[in-house]
Amino acid sequence: MAHSSDTENYLNHSKGLVSWLTTLDHKRIGLMYLFSVIGFFFVGGIFALLIRLELFKFGGHNLMDANTYNKVFTYHGAIMVFLVIIPSIPAALGNFILPIMVGAKDVAFPKLNLASYYIFMTGAVFAVVALFMRGADTGWTFYTPYSIRTNTTVILVLFGAFIAGFSSILTGLNFIVTIHKLRAPGLSWSRLPLFCWALYATSIIQVLATPVLAITLVLLCMERILQIGIFDPKLGGDPVLFQHFFWFYSHPAVYIMILPAMGVISEIIPVFSRKPIFGYKAIAYSSFGIALVAFLVWGHHMFVSGQAEFANFVFSLLTMFVAVPTGVKVFSWVGTMYKGSLHFHAPMLYALGFLELFTMGGLTGVFLATLAINVHMTDTYFVVAHFHYVMVGGTLMGLMAGIHYWFPKMFGKMYNEKAAQVAFWLIVIGFNVTFFPQFILGAQGMPRRYWSYLPEFTLLNRVSTVGSWLIGMGFVVAAYYLFHGIRNGKKALANPWNANTLEWQTSSPPPHENFLKTPVVTSWPYEYLPENTTMPVNA
Amino acid sequence: MSNEDMAVHHHAHHFANADDEFEAAKQGMWIFLVTEVLMFGGLFVAYGIFRGLYPEMFHEAHQYLAVKMGAVNTVVLITSSLTMALSVSSTQKGRKSQAILFLILTFILASCFLVVKYFEYTHKFHDGLLPGGFFHNTELTTPKAPLFFSLYFLMTGLHGVHVLIGMGLIAWMVKRSLKNEFSPQFYTPVELVGFYWHFVDLVWIYLFPLLYLVG
Repeated sequence: MAHSSDTENYLNHSKGLVSWLTTLDHKRIGLMYLFSVIGFFFVGGIFALLIRLELFKFGGHNLMDANTYNKVFTYHGAIMVFLVIIPSIPAALGNFILPIMVGAKDVAFPKLNLASYYIFMTGAVFAVVALFMRGADTGWTFYTPYSIRTNTTVILVLFGAFIAGFSSILTGLNFIVTIHKLRAPGLSWSRLPLFCWALYATSIIQVLATPVLAITLVLLCMERILQIGIFDPKLGGDPVLFQHFFWFYSHPAVYIMILPAMGVISEIIPVFSRKPIFGYKAIAYSSFGIALVAFLVWGHHMFVSGQAEFANFVFSLLTMFVAVPTGVKVFSWVGTMYKGSLHFHAPMLYALGFLELFTMGGLTGVFLATLAINVHMTDTYFVVAHFHYVMVGGTLMGLMAGIHYWFPKMFGKMYNEKAAQVAFWLIVIGFNVTFFPQFILGAQGMPRRYWSYLPEFTLLNRVSTVGSWLIGMGFVVAAYYLFHGIRNGKKALANPWNANTLEWQTSSPPPHENFLKTPVVTSWPYEYLPENTTMPVNA
Repeated sequence: MSNEDMAVHHHAHHFANADDEFEAAKQGMWIFLVTEVLMFGGLFVAYGIFRGLYPEMFHEAHQYLAVKMGAVNTVVLITSSLTMALSVSSTQKGRKSQAILFLILTFILASCFLVVKYFEYTHKFHDGLLPGGFFHNTELTTPKAPLFFSLYFLMTGLHGVHVLIGMGLIAWMVKRSLKNEFSPQFYTPVELVGFYWHFVDLVWIYLFPLLYLVG
């Protein structure tokens, strides 16, 4: 039975700012994460626009000097990685949806969940404070020995990332226990929605990899304060050891970013194709395949660092294995859509955008895994284009797909579908205009992180900058109609997409404890029939 | 109000029953300990790499550590693990005063550990056996020796911080125990602090031989 938004729900359950700041409700914590992440995304996005603006004209000195440029790209990277992409889907959407999807009243440890939000914000505060001091200019990777020597306030950014890491660990821990211990009666492992499987695999990586980043950042802080010499060649240390430690976390972190997006896509495609998901088990298990391989490939970031030739060979081979579970997923999604009755609403559009962009990102990843090509491409714009196709084309598309898909559930309102389509095309066209030229620039040898470039690269750089304006416009439009929808959108039904997972079986927005009565699961959630439903389902 | 009434623990609203809650809490703690293993793991890997690079230096430098004090501390910590385990089992059996006694004993043993550590550290400071760039001992002239003391202070320092946190948790358990919060039906926090404390003990069992004995 659908409840109108006037009845008791989690939004009107208690009132006032304090009730939000002290809430233990996973849905409210999820929204607080979501709005924080959106805020950081716009800050990181402004830095991105500044980078592109500086590169619009050949010759440097357009907007800023070289040192400022170093700080701007460092902030763009650090904010987008640590404060946007990593927390985006798990901490924001996952927090909101996962407990409802498994039919629970909350996550296993609600206090820890709230604590993880404040830990996250504390980390962000450190990064912001550093911004108003002397900033940081090391790039988001903090490579030694430069990060030991630079006179910027890199230590505050390191400390911020260290703290934010704990929030990621606690969220992962909470999700694993929630999935194990709080599933509704009848929700066996083989009926578990794929978004939950994806978050489970993500959580394992968060729990296993993030502590290694924590100790690495502590060592680097200590290196700056106490000159411990672990990474400093002057004192007998090894700067390449930092790269090993850093990528032992940061490569698996790439899968912290992408696996949840894959989970979102796995939910959306069957619903909007009106067909059962193809290869349920294969999609579920391949998440764990990716999580496992994630830990064995960090050395592919270091092919030119001087590590052993044999290690290069092994890392190259293992990296190519990533393509196998990833391919399994992509083919399963395509198989799901085959002969389905497709509905091209915003969530589905973003899911298709994900498929296109992520596949390009993934395949160029195989290029980069190839040793000989990698040596040529290292630290060029080819790499920049590759990981933007994966992170923006993958994670951000997944996030946008998820926001649109679950928007009616979160706020009990609908967004404006037409505006959503406009924003989608602006973003996806803008994205390709921005980043496709960067593949070519990289292949021609333009190095990344440079403040200026050779005159022959001018045209493609201009195209790329124009593309960044399209993306910017797209996100401004999206922000406008989404916030408008929250305030003035049409009332949403409990299940506007006619979907089967549990979160759609409760009212929109859900009551304080998610369900009025604990649901009992009797079937697999993906039995969709090829029907011509009007979407969204109207009253 | 009698003690029994006060000891009744109501499980949190989102769990079906107290058993589920207990199992979830235990699983959460195990996962947390895994993250701890990985965090210390970074330091152990650094130790392994530099020991492989500079084996002679490690041998020279490790002779400057106080083996006897380290050995005493090993015994102290293992004993504290025993008293912690006894306190958990006393709580499970509802023997409150015994449980509190064992908790206090554990706390005292942990303090002993830190006192010994304090003397070790001050001695090292006095001799100039300091990490990295601050090293100024004139007797130990083996090249790269400062690196050994960087690792020594980092590894034992991070462990020491864990001991301090553990003492805080044990004190908190004493306080809650005095307030009759635990019973044979509900002893989750004591059990979990026990998990944590055994982990802290276990780390030292690796640190002691690696730093003091084999160098």
